[in-house]
Amino acid sequence: MGKTLFEKIWDAHVVAQSDDGQALLYIDRMLIHDLHYRRFDALRESGRKVRRPDLLFATPDHSTPTDITRIDQIEDPEMRSTVAGLERNAREFGVTHFPLSDPRHGIVHVVGPEQGITLPGIVHVCGDSHTSTHGALGCISFGIGASEVEHVLVTQTLWQQKPRTMRLNVDGQLGPQVGGKDVIIALIRKISAAGGAGYAIEYAGSAMQAMSMEGRMTVCNMTIEAGARFGIVAPDEETFRYVKGRPYAPSGDKWNTALARWRELPSDPDARFDREVSLDVSRLGPMVTWGNSPEEAVQIDEPIPNPADIDDPDRRAGLSAALEYMDLKAGQMLADVSVDKVFVGACTNSRIEDLRAAAAVAKGRKAQVPTLIVPGSGLVKAQAEAEGLDRIFEEAGMLWRQPGCSMCVAMNGDMLSPGERSASTSNRNFRGRQGPQSRTHLLSPAMAAAASVTGRFADVRELTLANLDQS
Amino acid sequence: MDAFTLHTGIAVPLDIPNCDTDQIIPARFLRKPVDDPQYPRFFLADLRFDTDGSEKDFILNEAPFRNASVIVADRNWGCGSSRENAVTAMLKNNVAVVIAPSFGDIHYNNCVKRGLLPVRLSAEECAELRDYLKRNPGTQLTADLDDQVVSGAGNLSYRFEISSSDKQRLLTGLDDVDLTLRYQGDIEAFEKRRETEFDWLS
Repeated sequence: MGKTLFEKIWDAHVVAQSDDGQALLYIDRMLIHDLHYRRFDALRESGRKVRRPDLLFATPDHSTPTDITRIDQIEDPEMRSTVAGLERNAREFGVTHFPLSDPRHGIVHVVGPEQGITLPGIVHVCGDSHTSTHGALGCISFGIGASEVEHVLVTQTLWQQKPRTMRLNVDGQLGPQVGGKDVIIALIRKISAAGGAGYAIEYAGSAMQAMSMEGRMTVCNMTIEAGARFGIVAPDEETFRYVKGRPYAPSGDKWNTALARWRELPSDPDARFDREVSLDVSRLGPMVTWGNSPEEAVQIDEPIPNPADIDDPDRRAGLSAALEYMDLKAGQMLADVSVDKVFVGACTNSRIEDLRAAAAVAKGRKAQVPTLIVPGSGLVKAQAEAEGLDRIFEEAGMLWRQPGCSMCVAMNGDMLSPGERSASTSNRNFRGRQGPQSRTHLLSPAMAAAASVTGRFADVRELTLANLDQS
Repeated sequence: MDAFTLHTGIAVPLDIPNCDTDQIIPARFLRKPVDDPQYPRFFLADLRFDTDGSEKDFILNEAPFRNASVIVADRNWGCGSSRENAVTAMLKNNVAVVIAPSFGDIHYNNCVKRGLLPVRLSAEECAELRDYLKRNPGTQLTADLDDQVVSGAGNLSYRFEISSSDKQRLLTGLDDVDLTLRYQGDIEAFEKRRETEFDWLS
């Protein structure tokens, strides 16, 4: 029987197998963000050493305010000591570090692929659940907890139970203004927020093959919102084009060797998956979440569901609670709901393609509500500025900020006030995620920009778009 | 970490499906040092406390449940963020066992790594238990890891499944890193092999 893409990479990384069925996996590369700086302190106390500093890469993102460019400008002492702590420890332990002052810094899940740190065929981890993002390049990439981060620092390995495999076949041609964000929200709605628990998900099908790398990263990013730690897409010519020439990617003869290996990675035709799910996206429209779980979502032209229509009493109660928290009514159309703030950014949607999509809507229009545009890295920011996107946003009255996690996580100064409602390109609509009593609606960058210029959840397909090439 | 064999304590029913780790501990507390005297209050902070710090109308603020050390939760407990601080916040409240129909995968692992027992029972069993606890507040439940049984709610008794590796890890309380360092030779051999098999990566 053939092997799946996931199994091929897994099998090539098994260092040892325990008697009780766990594999000791070798970790090719690990990214480290500011919230884990204390793991190095723990090593210092225990006298343990970092095994392979050459395989570790660090950059601050969670605790970096988006209106400053230097550590000494961070007013909050907790944030400042966290960002400074990462810098100090990275230097002491010999870990490659992109500090605030370096244009390569940014959100770990944007920086990894951008620098060629993440590559097809490798096993890659980070102490952050959205590490699933990197699977878009055709690697095993997953989020881990703090104890596991420390374990990798000391041993460069992790004990893991091999997950079951699921293939999500996404077929059909996406309509205009519909992309990766809409696809993944629709998939989560279909399999539920826990549907992927215990699985590694391979995204396949014609719509995935036709999708850009940015789109694939958006899909893989929210894999964890479907309950699965691992999302993966078979590497193809689009992947290779994206990876080639990046600073930490192989070059010269090594590039040719790598390419030959990578071409052998896709799942064999006779590979078997534990579960297969299909979704035809030909008629998919822009998706918006209305509740407090990413599975609570509607297409913009559908009404919010009515709890009375749900048979399961527990689910009915959950639905009612979410409606109350979100201050919405059953059967209401989101197009009639106004927003207080708009956020374009986060590891889900802060890459250049995302910013272009938002700019195409923003051009020539005015923001009706406060709107924050936060590029995912210093390099994304520089590219956007070279393309004139920053001017489009600023002329529309939107705020163009420094890279970081920003309003996705409400721990760096960017957040909603209690009761405020956002249109947000981030990945979590949990209660309080964007600040105590915040109300978050997840959507694509184009839909976020449409919300900004209309002040409500407008269907971006009804707005005319600017041609950015003529700017 | 401490070894886990058996625990008996007051159990609290939490009827919150998809209770994500952002709710278990909001992000604004993630930079706090683990010895912060306020740490116990970070657990489910926005459900338990108002912005002025006063207690909200929430089950963990009711007399029989204040000292609960067993949580009976709903589906997808601990989904979302990988923050291990969620486990720290529970341990700081002396929570030793969480029973739920399903868990976020990362959170489940984090619990095991820190010596907190995650128990998977069916949705019906969890609902039955929560219902019993609401009708009999202050009931103590016992989780016996050796026998893989939860009991104590009248005549109710449930067997649960756990992988043998997770069970051993909890029963022994051994540090994972120490355990792995016994495989030093295998790691070195793999790294040597990797230099040729993954030469494009070096």
